[in-house]
Amino acid sequence: MARDKTAAINRIMNHDTLTLLRTKAKIIRKDVMQMLHYAGSGHPGGSLSAADIVAALYFHEMRLNPKSPNWPQRDFFVLSKGHSCPVVYAALAESGFFSKDWYNGLRHINGALQGHPDRKKTPGIEFNSGSLSQGFSFGLGRALAYKHTKDTNRVYILMGCGEQDEGQVWEGAMFGAHYKLNNVLAIVDYNQLQSDDTNDHIMMLKPLAEKWRSFGWNVFEIDGHNMEQILGAFADARGIRLKPSVIIASTIKGKGVSFMENVPKWHGSLAPTADELKLAMAELDNDQ
Amino acid sequence: MSTESLRVAFGQSLVRLAYKYPNFVVFDADVAGGTCTHFFRNDFPDRFIQCGIAEQNMMSAAAGYSLSGITPFVTCYAVFASMRAVEQARNSVAYPDFNVKIVASHVGLDVGPDGVSHQALEDLAIFRAIPNFTVISPADEREVLQATEVMLRTHGPTYMRTGRSPVPDVTPADYQFKIGKGVVLKDGSEVTIVATGIMVHRAIAAAQHLKNDGINAKVVNISTIKPIDRPLLQQCASHSRFMVTCEDHNIYGGLFSSVLEAIADAPVPVYPVAVRDCFAESGEPLALAQKYGISEADIINLIKSKHN
Ligand SMILES: Cc1ncc(C[n+]2csc(CCOP(=O)(O)OP(=O)(O)O)c2C)c(N)n1
Repeated sequence: MARDKTAAINRIMNHDTLTLLRTKAKIIRKDVMQMLHYAGSGHPGGSLSAADIVAALYFHEMRLNPKSPNWPQRDFFVLSKGHSCPVVYAALAESGFFSKDWYNGLRHINGALQGHPDRKKTPGIEFNSGSLSQGFSFGLGRALAYKHTKDTNRVYILMGCGEQDEGQVWEGAMFGAHYKLNNVLAIVDYNQLQSDDTNDHIMMLKPLAEKWRSFGWNVFEIDGHNMEQILGAFADARGIRLKPSVIIASTIKGKGVSFMENVPKWHGSLAPTADELKLAMAELDNDQ
Repeated sequence: MSTESLRVAFGQSLVRLAYKYPNFVVFDADVAGGTCTHFFRNDFPDRFIQCGIAEQNMMSAAAGYSLSGITPFVTCYAVFASMRAVEQARNSVAYPDFNVKIVASHVGLDVGPDGVSHQALEDLAIFRAIPNFTVISPADEREVLQATEVMLRTHGPTYMRTGRSPVPDVTPADYQFKIGKGVVLKDGSEVTIVATGIMVHRAIAAAQHLKNDGINAKVVNISTIKPIDRPLLQQCASHSRFMVTCEDHNIYGGLFSSVLEAIADAPVPVYPVAVRDCFAESGEPLALAQKYGISEADIINLIKSKHN
């Protein structure tokens, strides 16, 4: 856990910020439920587990310009666990990159919101992820180029814990450390579930933080649903020299919708029915 | 009359064959629910090898495992089997000629809403280009079961694609799948429709429709893409005014290419129903088939336009 957390929190955080971000996270979760219901298929669990992190990135941490998605000074976000794109679509729409009217086209023919991200079809999407772990390498390459062109943009890459099974993640981990990409902040949505079952049952992942440390990364371990801890790690990562950083964010798959929480089948591909949607919305509304 | 998806048919075939053939195992990369190997995992956990989301390691590990004499099925989505782990399939499996059976779900536009990243439109072309590989693309539940059993009885690297949407039975009850053998499913005289996989039932429906228009089309199911049934195709070529190929695959390197190569010296035109070298998008499989030109109507319209 970050030593300078309190200082960082005091510097950047006040009560209003935290309230705003919690509200945004709630809106994102509700929008995710709504659009997946329209779609009739997709991946709810990993979208909900990442909602607080994504809210903090889009409404606090990253420099973005919704009116000009390709603004050269923007920070660069890659959703490497591409199946969780509803959570990013919700953040993009809520930020004003496109209208929420687009939600009902998710996963439907001629829709702008694809089942996995498509940079040509959706404003604000940087990479066509969907094949796990390619987004991570893509983000590292972008970050290396920012270094070469002396640009100060930061690169944020969101990965899944199941995704850590891929060898490419560890090829990238070596690459990031080798090139001292301190403009990279990777985040692992550590919900301990993957497609069929828990990490422990599918492929032992522990000790994850030690793996990243031994690969030369600066590691933060936080509660990925605690806004103070998320912002604290974001702030601390900016001060790291000579190393890339990774946040291992402990989360709950399906967070916020009780019947989805920690239930493997809600990984997907599965969408809430009308009744389930009503239930989910009511729970999200009553939260806090 | 069943309307099972080919992936469910494969999953059930593994379970049915498991008792008769104690000497095979199934490798998975955390997609058992998608490939339908979960049936086998539930019934035969000791013969199920979970590799995590790491397809390349799975492919080479299966090659090593095969030296035991126990046959490994390597199962995952076709994009990952045929592209992510293809170099392992070539150098770890095909080159040393190991007895590894790769069976992949999520093929073609039939994948639907998951979109382009998961729609394998290149898998037949890719595996066909690798020496020692047999490439199978079955059309219905019966053919999946028989092909799976034949794979177990035949040595050598093999790739088979399944599918996501339910498909009706197209083969007759007394059908016997043989590697390298095509089969005439409907007789006809002027036109031959050569189809593979989920396109076979569309081809049969199209041929029935065309009968009402006075066009008598033969339908051939080519379920072994490699080695392809050259004698049958040459015979069809010599008795047809023209031929049409139907595949849920890119136009390059799949069935169309295979048929053209097989009958290169025949003076008969061959027209493709295939995806026209583009990436598609998310959508329901039937809507995608219509938009990207591989629906039943596309087969009918093509044949009508060439028939006059
Ligand atoms: C290379 C690759 N292999 C397999 C898949 C199929 N797949 C999609 S999501 C998923 C599980 C991902 O688990 P995790 O990274 O933990 O994501 P989360 O639990 O956060 O949704 C799998 C196996 C894929 N998309 N890409």
